[in-house]
Amino acid sequence: MSRALFTSGPIGSGSPLPAVDMSTSIGVFQTPAPVFTASGCAAAGKELDQFFDITQIGGIVTKSVMLNARSGRATPRMAETPSGMLNSIGLQGPGIDSFIENDLAWLRQRGARTVVSIAGGSVEEYGKLASKLRNVEGISAIEVNISCPNVEDRGQVFACDPNSASNVIQAVRRNADTRTPIIAKLSPDVTNIVTIAHAVQRAGADALAVINTTLGMVIDLDTMRPALGGVTGGLSGPAIRPIAVRCVWQIHQALPDLPILGMGGIRNGEDALQFILAGASAVSVGTVTFHDPSAPLRVQQELETALALRGFSALRDAIGYAHRGPDLPELEEEPE
Amino acid sequence: MAPLQLTGQVLDVRRAGLYTVLSLTAPGLAERTRPGHFLNIGIGGEESALLLRRSFAIYQVQSRGVYGGSVDIVVGVNGKGTQWLVDRRRHDTLSIVGPLGRPFTLPKDPANCILVGGGYGTAPLFMLADQLRERGCRVDVIAGAATEEKLFGTLEIKRAASTLTVTTDDGSMGVQGRVTDVLDDLIVKTNADVVYACGPMGMLAAVAEVATARGVYSQCSVEESMACGVGVCMTCVLPVIGEDGITRMVRSCVEGPVFRGDRVRWSEVGTVPPDTLGAPSGGN
Repeated sequence: MSRALFTSGPIGSGSPLPAVDMSTSIGVFQTPAPVFTASGCAAAGKELDQFFDITQIGGIVTKSVMLNARSGRATPRMAETPSGMLNSIGLQGPGIDSFIENDLAWLRQRGARTVVSIAGGSVEEYGKLASKLRNVEGISAIEVNISCPNVEDRGQVFACDPNSASNVIQAVRRNADTRTPIIAKLSPDVTNIVTIAHAVQRAGADALAVINTTLGMVIDLDTMRPALGGVTGGLSGPAIRPIAVRCVWQIHQALPDLPILGMGGIRNGEDALQFILAGASAVSVGTVTFHDPSAPLRVQQELETALALRGFSALRDAIGYAHRGPDLPELEEEPE
Repeated sequence: MAPLQLTGQVLDVRRAGLYTVLSLTAPGLAERTRPGHFLNIGIGGEESALLLRRSFAIYQVQSRGVYGGSVDIVVGVNGKGTQWLVDRRRHDTLSIVGPLGRPFTLPKDPANCILVGGGYGTAPLFMLADQLRERGCRVDVIAGAATEEKLFGTLEIKRAASTLTVTTDDGSMGVQGRVTDVLDDLIVKTNADVVYACGPMGMLAAVAEVATARGVYSQCSVEESMACGVGVCMTCVLPVIGEDGITRMVRSCVEGPVFRGDRVRWSEVGTVPPDTLGAPSGGN
């Protein structure tokens, strides 16, 4: 592992930091930049393009789209929690046909790299979604959101069962373009996330998105009932960052060659660097976009600085760097 | 015009009854702001544990002056975030994003307009009243609240209005009752063409009902709880009937906050009506 010498001097010394090669890849998807939006936190890119140039980041991960238009759940859909929030949106969206015709067309015309996130209620629905995306231009990768209840299995969440998870990934793999990388998005709400990672890799996933939200709940003390219309919701934001870093670490340790798109409460470049060092090849900025609509580009710039300050000349050299063995002892001992 | 994301400095924090008026430097904001626009503010600084920005109707803007432009908002404390905000002092800095949302639509030709504000829902009506009068419109204002201390800016708005009617639930000021108790008469008396309203959902529902029953066009600025304010989180939705007659769950931050009163399914706010596009029970 090559690591450039630390030559820039302490912060504030005035000498500019050397540029860092920020290019990375998620399977065969090569990107010049490593920071992405997170599904459900960026709609389909258009709104955020008012605040920063969305072509400058790794890409837009679109809100998970289903086969048909979907209204989502009743409000309240959100509750603020310490350093985070709960959401229970219920995958409101226009359906895949309208998405391809409007949202994806806009992203393609805008020149943004796009990861299309899909969600379904059955293995068949995931397969249909993947085939709808076949031969559609402008898709860098498909993210498969498997944190959905399986209507054919008593509402059991696909992501929580290795068989269900791999059935979904197989269906997507069979129906998607062979050249399009498939990213399986894993839930942290499992006994052993590595088991699920193995299962989806064997089923044909080219990469993993780690992690989705973790299930939580808030009681409203005025009404003395659950605060959310959907009763429970997904917890996101800096509150879950240590869980996310742990999941990335465990999976990278077990499957070091499987690319990981790391996410969970990334607020700045140093947070992003933790994920890279734990084994992520790229990262997504999600909930913090609600706090700062230009966060994805800011985090990317801060990540470059954080890498440069630690002497890295390329982001690739930092991927999984925290897993390295003990540092070699000095060749020459100090004379007694 | 695209909204701005900027760091503003607190110029002034002043109490106004139960509320606090914050003046902030905001170069470039005034030129982009129209009545009914809102802005949102980051709470607690960069490492804050309160992640969600708080949204406020824009009360006043100044495009010139020593600060290169400033903006005023009215804050009512209803939690930790708004408490933090009213505790700011001169020279503190705040993260501001705005102007956001769809503003009020102004009539092309002179029209008779009634403006209804509930509590500090009067805040966006000052700029609206001024611009309507510049267009030769007649402006009558109704300001209502539970009690006198929950009214905002009644003295000030009187200057911009032909008449001001105040209502309070407890009769501590003006007419005892609700804004809708005086609205119907005022519509008839002024031969009103448009009713503009901002305030709590229940008030807006009642105002829209009275206006629609009289065949009068109404524009209501809603207060839905928002997370991002810029259209990406899908939190602030309510059921609204589109031009095509189809009900959709629409975002109040980008498709609103101003909606046509006869388009919002007021009694079903907080639910997904079964005939909404993509609703779980039937629909489509």
